[in-house]
Amino acid sequence: MGRLFAVEIVYRGIFQKTLAKHISRAIVLAAHREGKPGISFGRYGDSPERNGIPAKAFAIVATDDITLEEGMAKYEPKEVDVSINLDDTMCKGVESWAWYGLQPINKLVKPNGTLIVTSREEPEKLIDMCHRKETPYKLAIVKGIPSFSGLWVFKDDHTDVRVLGAIARVLPELFSIESLKQMILDDGENPLKATSAQRSYDRLQTVTVKPNQGNPEKPYEFELLKWTEMRDGISIPSIAQGHTMTDPVTGKTGGFQPERNATFKKFSTRTMRPVVNFDTCIKCTLCWLQCPDSCFDVTPEGLYDANMASCCGCGVCEAVCPVPNCVTMVNEIGFSDNDSQWEMWRKDKEGYGTWLKDKIESHPVRSHGFRYRGQYEEQVPEALAAAEGD
Amino acid sequence: MTPTAVAESPKGTEQTALITGSEAIAVACKLADVDVITGYPIRPYDTVIQYIAQLISNGEMDCEYIVAEGEHSQFEVVKHASTVGARVFCGSSGVGWMYAFECLTVTPALRVPMVVMVGNRALDDPGAFGVEHNDALAVRDLGWQLVWVDSAQEALDTALIAYRVAEDRRIFLPCAISCDGAFLTHSQALVKIPAQEKVNAFLPRYDRGDLLLHPDNPITVAPQANEDWLMEIRRQTAAAMDRSMGVIREAYKDYERIIGRGYGNPFFEEYMTDDADVVLVGMGTLSTPCKVAIRKMRQEGKKVGLVRVRWFRPFAAEELAQCLSRFKAVGVIDRDFSLGSPYSSGVLATEVRAALYASAKRPPLVGFICGLGGREVLVPDVEKITGIVYDAAAGKPQPLTHWIGVRE
Ligand code: SF4
Ligand code: SF4
Repeated sequence: MGRLFAVEIVYRGIFQKTLAKHISRAIVLAAHREGKPGISFGRYGDSPERNGIPAKAFAIVATDDITLEEGMAKYEPKEVDVSINLDDTMCKGVESWAWYGLQPINKLVKPNGTLIVTSREEPEKLIDMCHRKETPYKLAIVKGIPSFSGLWVFKDDHTDVRVLGAIARVLPELFSIESLKQMILDDGENPLKATSAQRSYDRLQTVTVKPNQGNPEKPYEFELLKWTEMRDGISIPSIAQGHTMTDPVTGKTGGFQPERNATFKKFSTRTMRPVVNFDTCIKCTLCWLQCPDSCFDVTPEGLYDANMASCCGCGVCEAVCPVPNCVTMVNEIGFSDNDSQWEMWRKDKEGYGTWLKDKIESHPVRSHGFRYRGQYEEQVPEALAAAEGD
Repeated sequence: MTPTAVAESPKGTEQTALITGSEAIAVACKLADVDVITGYPIRPYDTVIQYIAQLISNGEMDCEYIVAEGEHSQFEVVKHASTVGARVFCGSSGVGWMYAFECLTVTPALRVPMVVMVGNRALDDPGAFGVEHNDALAVRDLGWQLVWVDSAQEALDTALIAYRVAEDRRIFLPCAISCDGAFLTHSQALVKIPAQEKVNAFLPRYDRGDLLLHPDNPITVAPQANEDWLMEIRRQTAAAMDRSMGVIREAYKDYERIIGRGYGNPFFEEYMTDDADVVLVGMGTLSTPCKVAIRKMRQEGKKVGLVRVRWFRPFAAEELAQCLSRFKAVGVIDRDFSLGSPYSSGVLATEVRAALYASAKRPPLVGFICGLGGREVLVPDVEKITGIVYDAAAGKPQPLTHWIGVRE
């Protein structure tokens, strides 16, 4: 048997679909230049994609056809040589659509395999976000703003070739940087993209992550029921209704917090989350009414607290709030927990004000949204400069 | 009852009425005190909703009677009504049934004990409305219990039995009663109508129990099911279908004990098979010309019998194989077709052949496609079929499928 290579590309549904497809196809085509056969596919369970929901594409390459067939006998590979995470916020884990529980981002990475992340963060921060693994693996960072676009528009900020350059560096047996550059040039792409691939190859930072490093939390686990243990009639117990909320300071009860699905959380499905200025809120109820996921808990004093167990980060609350800067969407990278903002505010209004200001100011990059024609063209130089600057 | 009802009997006892097969099922709905009925007209099934409407407007029957804007909604409405605990009735014919197909597919897995009548009809090659069994048979793989009847009396009795079986908590699967268009849906016969008290004793109220969709029993029905769950759901549905045969047997026994009318073996009727050399197998009203032809042929010294299959799902494979292995040859008459199937047979022939495969003794089996689109199956047709079956018994090589009654 020859050698089998598996690469997974974890991306944000819709926003990075075209990008992920470019990368996964290019892996196969670059390896093919060296005589290796391969296949590229998107995970079927993710289709049709939802905005921002973590999704996966795979590229499977082998040194010969028989070995490739061995690799294809299991639709989704059990382990991969390289895992690519196109949005660093997914280092917290991924919950795909109709999936169950949180999967560590590094779950499929082989012992001593590599996790490549596009990020502006330092390795320490990303390592802390990733779940601990029993075996060591490498973390490589492709410096840059995670690239987001729409379904029909592709932001050509060179993220694709920069990721490919990184792969050539960490796994040269898959394809060499020369094969990659030649493929980019032969495809009639902008020659600058070959240069970008080379630069990424040259500058790639890689660190080894040891088994004791990372988020020690055990990701949610469960056993699938046997057919004799399941309720019949395709029925499941409903989620209970809900209950009043308790003020952490006064102990006063009131308002309403709906009970939420204990299994399906949306901690990792969002790339942004709303932060609320409770001091300026006029209790108009619009956010509560319009939120598609019923995220807002009603507090005893009639304020609206966005519950992060349910928020998918759509930004509707920000859009409907009539008070300027009362609800602001902030990049998810700025948060390390899912705690109640209202409770924080109740306990320390001043501290909350400082926290709020810091969150809004230090993480201004909005992770998705195509707002007007020409927006991407404007953003590309900025993205490239950010990448070059490092 | 209609003004044509005859032989008034004292209250609480059996009455006799001159009614069609469809009307007999409507009467069964009344006796079963069905809660929700949806209708959308298509011939020949429409005869049942017409009669139900009449019973309601006469004040003889009380139920929610909803005319939908098409068959898909028609079946959806009763499906949902059943999940909140309503006893339901629905039905259709031919392409109307096919238009409801999306709803029909998911009904068994949702464990909805919907009872329906299919007025068997051709699949509408422009306007054709004569009987063919392909409509009801289209759901044969999906978890529907399917039964064919050949008289108005049997239609009434089977409808009551169908409620009892479908609504049994061990089953909770839908049941379709097939009535041949015209021959059964449009012909009136004298039917004995059991007393309400007796029906009440036979048929308990529908209790959806733990599956009841009700604020006091908060459950979610039909959440997204992906590959992690679907195979287990199918397996559960399969287990329910496997239990169905036993429950059907119980129900027929109780029906005979309480109502006083028995059908012997619920799964198939045997006619003059005791000493038969060869037998014919079929479903529905073609039993009439078959029986007449058999009596005629017996006078000529030919020992022919008939096995009329009632329950097609569940299919009594072992019992049927055991029965058929006694004979020198078997001729299966299909009022349906299954183009491109093994030996280009009809559906029933293919199933009977498969049932016989595990049997140590396998008589030659010849399939006949006959009476499509409402064409009559006549005594000479049956005689011709029997001749071919005799040839098969004698070991004469011949095609495994014959079209009978087609102009050529
Ligand atoms: S971003 Fe706002 S509207 Fe959208 S899901 Fe989160 S809380 Fe609800
Ligand atoms: S929409 Fe804005 S002002 Fe209105 S309740 Fe929500 S946070 Fe308060």
